[in-house]
Amino acid sequence: MSTAPVANTNGKQATSAGKPSKGTRVVGWADERLGLATAAKKNLRKVFPDHWSFMLGEIALWSFVVLLLTGVFLTLWFRPSMAEVEYMGTYEQLRGLHMSEAFVSTMNISFDVRGGLLMRQMHHWAAMLFIASMLVHMMRVFLTGAFRKPREVNWVIGGVLILLGILEGFSGYSLPDDLLSGTGMRIAQGLVQATPVLGTYMSFFMFGGEFPGDAVISRLYMVHILLLPALILALIAAHMLLLVYHKHTQWPGPGRTEENVVGYPMLPVYMAKAGGFFFIVFGFSAFMGGLMTINPVWKYGPYDPTKVTAGSQPDWYMGIAEGTLRIMPGIESHFLGVTLSWNILIPGMIAPIALLATVLAWPFLEAWVTGDKREHHLLQRPRNAPTRTAFLVAMMSLYGLLWIGGGNDVLAVLFHLNLNHITWFLRAAIFIIPPLVFIFVKRWCISLQRHDNEMLLHGYETGIIMRSAEGGYSERHLPVSDDRAYTITARDRDEIYDPATDVDANGVAAPGGRATALREKLSQAMFADNVQKPTAEELEEGHHHAEHEHELEAGLDHAADGHQFDGRHPVEGEELRKH
Amino acid sequence: MRFLNRSAGRLSRHRRSRVAGLLVMLLGLLFMGGLYQVVLSPSNADTQTKSDEELIKEGRELFLVGCAFCHGQNGEGIKSADGQYGPSLVGVGGAAVNFQVSTGRMPMQNPGQQAPAKEPVYSEDEIDALSAYVASLGPGPEVPTAAEYDIDKYGLSADERRDAVVRGGQLFLTNCTACHNFDGSGGAMPWGKYAPSLRSTSEKNLYQAMLTGPQQMPVFSDEVMLPQDKASIIAYLESIKEEPSHGGFGLGGLGPVSEGMFAWLFGIGGLVGFAYWIAAHTTRSTKTKSSEGTQA
Repeated sequence: MSTAPVANTNGKQATSAGKPSKGTRVVGWADERLGLATAAKKNLRKVFPDHWSFMLGEIALWSFVVLLLTGVFLTLWFRPSMAEVEYMGTYEQLRGLHMSEAFVSTMNISFDVRGGLLMRQMHHWAAMLFIASMLVHMMRVFLTGAFRKPREVNWVIGGVLILLGILEGFSGYSLPDDLLSGTGMRIAQGLVQATPVLGTYMSFFMFGGEFPGDAVISRLYMVHILLLPALILALIAAHMLLLVYHKHTQWPGPGRTEENVVGYPMLPVYMAKAGGFFFIVFGFSAFMGGLMTINPVWKYGPYDPTKVTAGSQPDWYMGIAEGTLRIMPGIESHFLGVTLSWNILIPGMIAPIALLATVLAWPFLEAWVTGDKREHHLLQRPRNAPTRTAFLVAMMSLYGLLWIGGGNDVLAVLFHLNLNHITWFLRAAIFIIPPLVFIFVKRWCISLQRHDNEMLLHGYETGIIMRSAEGGYSERHLPVSDDRAYTITARDRDEIYDPATDVDANGVAAPGGRATALREKLSQAMFADNVQKPTAEELEEGHHHAEHEHELEAGLDHAADGHQFDGRHPVEGEELRKH
Repeated sequence: MRFLNRSAGRLSRHRRSRVAGLLVMLLGLLFMGGLYQVVLSPSNADTQTKSDEELIKEGRELFLVGCAFCHGQNGEGIKSADGQYGPSLVGVGGAAVNFQVSTGRMPMQNPGQQAPAKEPVYSEDEIDALSAYVASLGPGPEVPTAAEYDIDKYGLSADERRDAVVRGGQLFLTNCTACHNFDGSGGAMPWGKYAPSLRSTSEKNLYQAMLTGPQQMPVFSDEVMLPQDKASIIAYLESIKEEPSHGGFGLGGLGPVSEGMFAWLFGIGGLVGFAYWIAAHTTRSTKTKSSEGTQA
């Protein structure tokens, strides 16, 4: 018997592939040494869930890439020097003036470097989009509870990234040394000087002497192109690595659990989607940079402490600080020869630090109140966390009010308002409107929760009006699909903390005290009003009731014209019934 | 020869058109009429010889009808129980009147923090008469001529003119932008007062405003700011109007507030829309109703 047709693989010696081609050898060489195939195999198959709101952070990532690309271009021509030189460039209205080298190089980039103005404007627009998209991304994470365990650290990293992004933006705003740069820096100096006791020393240190000195631009340049970008890059890397490690959160739904991720693989789906999104973000930056003027430095002219212009505002992300500063009444106190300028300290230091602390502490605060130590990979619908949702919307209203404060003069001129009235309105509104918004949104969420329960127990509203034999009218309800019902009920019941039942494994009661009392109070405030999903028995009863109703309604149906076109069925071949 | 003669006859037939005589007559009439209009017209002769006294008299009549209600019958101003009703116009000069009336600020429609500019009510002749009357009440700045507000009338060389524009820009940023904004877009002031936009203000009125300091504006008299410097500021404003919009659409020339608005509404709004669009397209090549997920 010939063994020729039989495979010869179970021989004593391992089979080897034929002589590999040249290309395979090169690839194989790299594979054996770098483990590329193994790493790629795992990561290219990594699954991400699909939802539009999961792509908001990507806007930030891609606009940061645009910032790096355009920023490198700008560094080729920008000169971070405050040395006085004469401008001899193309722009006639400033020619012959003495100004800092930083401003001259900004003018040259704008007028004499090919594509320079486009790059400058793209860089600035991308910066605006970078911080805005971080904020939008953060709101999404907050509203859906995606910051819960195990993602608290990533939330903190994100919060720090926003802070660094704002500082990076401010340092970039100050570099061209135009009139707005200098005015903004003067305000920053005011904030520094308002620091009790140390302020003056810090200001002298920062500017290398009296304001504006001749050192601050080169110092800020280092901060802007080296220190902060490196930190941001490192934190973005950490943010993304943690994202991969934790896996992405997903919306609840059939087949989706805390243990799995349902979605599409990295290759080819997300490679294409994310890659495509980069080009869209790049396109937006290029479109805006090409067609919309941002920071026309040639009109502001070089900074000069004797000059100022109406409409001096910071970029939008500093708007709330500007607004707080503008509406703050002038309060000062003096003791032991030290002046405490509350009018600057509160808006400039206390408020931003309090805001940052609240943002960073929120996940831990919430975990402490709920006592929840489990991991959460399924997102919450905003309505199912009414207090959190209402808190965010109240904060958004506060943010909006302070924004109005920051642009009060522009609003006054455009809408023929009285500047002082705006200020007085805002002084009251920031305390009155956010609480009202909070109450309103919380009740709204709870109504939506009730609506969900209504749907689960009694079905959805079909829009079909029934007339009974007696002449009464009612709307027919039909049960929601199982998938939908599963999705709506895939949430935990809220538990209100009760110190009396808080005993550990050994039956030892939790220590009482103020913290426990506070926790109980907060838990009451956050969860007591929420509507809980129906129990299995309630659902059973609801279904039973619905079945009974359907029995009663059976036979009442008759074909009525128009219903065949209600959009729920294919309508091909349907005609109006002629009766 | 006959042949030639015939063609010559044809030419001569065309030499004088049938309407030529009519045209000549019309031209003659137009010329005479024009001459009469320019040189011999009785109305023209009248304004040329209208004496200052007549002009003042005419102005006073207009003043009594349109202005005296607030400014008093002799322009002395009226004080009411709760303050000034209309200020005294003694010594404000013709320039102030020309500015206020030709921009439509006066006569004021209703008392307020500030008189807004509107369609002028009086014709140019009437404004001249009013100016002459008010100027007669006391010495004040006169209505400027182009020789004062137009930088081209100062006899500067091209280089000097360019330097004047640069200097005007710096003077503008030092003295004007704090209220009027770097782009002349205008700005807010306390209690509903405002510095108006300078974009559509005429050169003459820009000069008169500096000269007389209307409403909230400080006076930049010739002692404070030389006429040529004022003309330089005007020349700078004209030059940035003529300058192309280098960066594209100017977003209203309002500074970072409108930039922020565009970043959010257009930038983030558009990008979130695209995110939605990307997420709405799954790997399925065809979509059927039944295969659509229930997850919203």
